[in-house]
Amino acid sequence: MRVKLILLVSAVSVLAACKTTPEPVVQDPVAVNQPVPIPAPVEQAAPVQIVEAPTPIPYAGPIAGSLEDFLYNSGGNGDGRVFFAYNQYDLSNDSRDVLRRQAQWLQSYQNVTAVVEGNADERGTREYNLALAARRADSVKSFLVSQGVAPSRLTTVSYGKERPIDGGSNEASWAKNRNSLTNLMSGSIG
Amino acid sequence: MTRHIKLFIASFLFLLSGFQPAIAQLNIDITQGNLDPVPIAIPDFLSADMQGRDIGAKIAEVVRADLERSGIFKSLSPSSFLETQTNIDYKPTFADWRVIKAEALVSGRVVVEDPSRIRVEYRLWDITAGEQLSGIRFGTAPNQWRRIAHKVSDSIYKKLTGEEGYFDSRIVFVDEQGPKTNRRKRLAIMDQDSANTQYLQSGADIVLTPRFSPNSQTITYMSYENIVPQVYVLDIETGRRELLGNFPGMTFSPRFSPDGKSMILSLMKKGNSDLYLMDLTSRSTSRLTTSPSIDVSGSFSPEGQKIVFNSDRGGSPQLYVMSARGGDAKRISFGKGRYSAPVWSPRGDKIAFVRSKDGKFAIGVMNSDGSGERILTESYLDESPTWSPNGRVVIFSRETRGARGKSELWSVDLTGQNLRKVLTPGGASDPAWSPLLP
Repeated sequence: MRVKLILLVSAVSVLAACKTTPEPVVQDPVAVNQPVPIPAPVEQAAPVQIVEAPTPIPYAGPIAGSLEDFLYNSGGNGDGRVFFAYNQYDLSNDSRDVLRRQAQWLQSYQNVTAVVEGNADERGTREYNLALAARRADSVKSFLVSQGVAPSRLTTVSYGKERPIDGGSNEASWAKNRNSLTNLMSGSIG
Repeated sequence: MTRHIKLFIASFLFLLSGFQPAIAQLNIDITQGNLDPVPIAIPDFLSADMQGRDIGAKIAEVVRADLERSGIFKSLSPSSFLETQTNIDYKPTFADWRVIKAEALVSGRVVVEDPSRIRVEYRLWDITAGEQLSGIRFGTAPNQWRRIAHKVSDSIYKKLTGEEGYFDSRIVFVDEQGPKTNRRKRLAIMDQDSANTQYLQSGADIVLTPRFSPNSQTITYMSYENIVPQVYVLDIETGRRELLGNFPGMTFSPRFSPDGKSMILSLMKKGNSDLYLMDLTSRSTSRLTTSPSIDVSGSFSPEGQKIVFNSDRGGSPQLYVMSARGGDAKRISFGKGRYSAPVWSPRGDKIAFVRSKDGKFAIGVMNSDGSGERILTESYLDESPTWSPNGRVVIFSRETRGARGKSELWSVDLTGQNLRKVLTPGGASDPAWSPLLP
């Protein structure tokens, strides 16, 4: 069998070698006109128009009742978040201050509802972290309710470790990712 | 002891089939670590026509890759083969295979019966003893050749190790795209050998933790398509999808019971998660845990009598076992560190878990009573273990550090040997291995 195969291969090679090589085809060069220079444009550029700069409107702070207003008035990092220690869900004094101001603001705008989103850092398994981040969101909701916000205005959602705000794998990044975000929903302006 | 029983059964079968019992029959004990892979020769399957030869070459390639990946076999290079068989119904020239140190030979054939049907046959030869160990025939449609290849691998694996194989199976997982801070996730499914990847969703919402039902046709998973995330059930073939139950809070960490008739999941109420059991026919639920703590990641024992789960009721996350009807739970993890994500082996004797300690996450196994703990692999973040259908291999996900970190799937043997990357088109997490396909 092996011998037969070799014979076959040799036969094919011989056949290939017997084919005549085609003559090379020589092409005549195509005639090309000499390039003719194009004259430069003669029209002059239009004069530059001078426009008076508008007078800046002084910043009067965020619009009352807007998300910006909420973030501006509730302190902390100014992003609506409070932060937690590793594997913990209790609120620090700083967090309580931020949440008191959030509650105060929410009490001024009674038609605003919010989703409280709990987050965990990446150093935990997925399902455990979903439960841990849910606890964090619930801590925040309970505190806001204790400050007078109607529980029906607050929905809690756990994102576990699915929504990090910092992709790093170091203490500073993990600390940022262990948080709860008070996210305004219907009723807020702007 | 088990080895003696196995040998006895083998001899008995051979007497029945008219063979003399082999004196030195090829029998691989895969319960030991550091096993020398058994050299096996698998030439392309023969065929009388072009289409059959093409399929035969592809089948042999898949079988070689399956067995090689198991770590138990070393697939010899076809370029080293001395004998070219022309008919698998004749004995091979054993001496030619001994020269290249093959201990087993698989010679196969593909017969194209008509355009819609092929017949695949193979014979497994013990080269040392010089005798046939098995000869099996499969019939199928030509486009199903890959399934047949995996079935051939399973049947060789079973004949030589005495244990069920795991090659004709699938893996459902979460496909991941984008950086950690903006990661898109969608459900995907592929064959056990990474072939035939299909996406089950567009990826508009975050989806997590898919798991197979015992029939391999239905999966359960958690999705963020509504504000409050919930558990869903999806039929893979029809695409029919259903929200499971009408719970007041987040439902997560779902898993089917071994008979497929009920589901265990966690329900979040006022910051407290408890395990619930849902009967999938009547849709009635019963609460299994009542402690004011995190109770998640329930997983049934294969006979369905017990549940292992993750709880921090003792102050830190640990593993507990209780009756499938609830009641008292017994802690089984006592090593240093935090334990989570337990999964009961389909064989029933082991539980795989994640242990975090000193800033690292390890995949480990322990006996179902908590004894005999062993770490298989460890990195910055190993998690989500899932068992092969025969309980010999664990696939898990491994996330690397930093903003450019990526999640990938890896597999490792129960012995801690044979760590391999499982190929996926993009990033991948939360793998779940199906049972053997029917």
